[in-house]
Amino acid sequence: MSLDANTSTRRRGLANRILRRGPLEAIATTIIAAGVVMLMQPFFLTLYSWSFATALFGTVMFTIVSKVRE
Amino acid sequence: MNDLSASSQITYRAVPVRPAVVRRIRGLSDQALAWLFITPTIVLLLAINIFPLVWTIYLSFTNYRANRANAPTIWLGTDWYQSILTDPDIWAAMQVTAHFVIWTVLIETVLGFGLALLIDKKFRGHGMWTTIILLPMMLSPAVVGNFWTFLYQPQIGLFNYVVAFFTGRGASSFQMLGDVTLSPWAIIIVDAWMWTPYVMLICLAGLRSIPDYIYEAAEVDRASNWRQFWSITLPMALPFIMLAVLFRGIENFKMFDMVNLLTGGGPGSTTEVASITLKRAAFESWRTGYSSAFAIILFVTVFGLANIYVKALNRVKNR
Repeated sequence: MSLDANTSTRRRGLANRILRRGPLEAIATTIIAAGVVMLMQPFFLTLYSWSFATALFGTVMFTIVSKVRE
Repeated sequence: MNDLSASSQITYRAVPVRPAVVRRIRGLSDQALAWLFITPTIVLLLAINIFPLVWTIYLSFTNYRANRANAPTIWLGTDWYQSILTDPDIWAAMQVTAHFVIWTVLIETVLGFGLALLIDKKFRGHGMWTTIILLPMMLSPAVVGNFWTFLYQPQIGLFNYVVAFFTGRGASSFQMLGDVTLSPWAIIIVDAWMWTPYVMLICLAGLRSIPDYIYEAAEVDRASNWRQFWSITLPMALPFIMLAVLFRGIENFKMFDMVNLLTGGGPGSTTEVASITLKRAAFESWRTGYSSAFAIILFVTVFGLANIYVKALNRVKNR
């Protein structure tokens, strides 16, 4: 019982650490930047094709996570 | 005299006249009053910002053409998006944009930060020099585009004569705006000339925000000027530099006016940045649905970058 309680506390601690605005915004920012780089890189047409979806996903994610608690 | 004193004792009582509207407003709650004042702004924003955006998103899924407004509109789904995102010509326009953005931002940041370091030192007439350096930024892009077109003229342009003076080449032997290799650089030079002062201003704000006692402590520790620059000046001014980079990056990503005035996208398509391609699709080929989809792709990119910009701005503000 106490082991379960410890595990759930540790899991909640991990979730609390990750599900904060700071790290999530950082992830969203990285995705947006990746989308922009994919849009403008001159090497692979496939990356260019997926750039809009990536930038859109990053932007939507940023808009959502900016409402998450600090 | 008596009459006067008698008349001065007369008191006039203002009879309140309350029109029906005033009486109605006075009966409103604070919240209702707030809504009353905000509503015109919201309606205006919806009309000139939100509605065109929603309408453009809708058009991007259709075959609508603005020059055939009465033709039946067919729903195409994501066809335009797929077409744009697999088109090598649009990809090439994106690379032209990338070339323009990367070089302008790099040159403007290096020169702007260098100028900010110079201006930050107190010297005689530094206020006058700051004003002179800021002048290009205050001009309209239309004016800048026109007079740089004259400066780049091979026969009468001052730019060619200056280059000829320093390199020994003939002034008419090269065309900045007509040459495939030189025209992208011609635009980069003009943009750097115009917007370096802006980057300088932001960097100057960053440099002025560094407290003097940090430098005094470094002096006490016998840190060299070089060491002070790398350990104090650059790290503390970095958020401001990032701000300038992001702002110039966003602005140059959607650059249209100056490129249109200087080269119009030519020669060939060597200076055809994304916004020029968009304008051609929208107002020369009249492919409104297609250009709407392209506009949405550019909008999402700029919106994403603007989010990063706002985040960087908040970080600077919280410092």
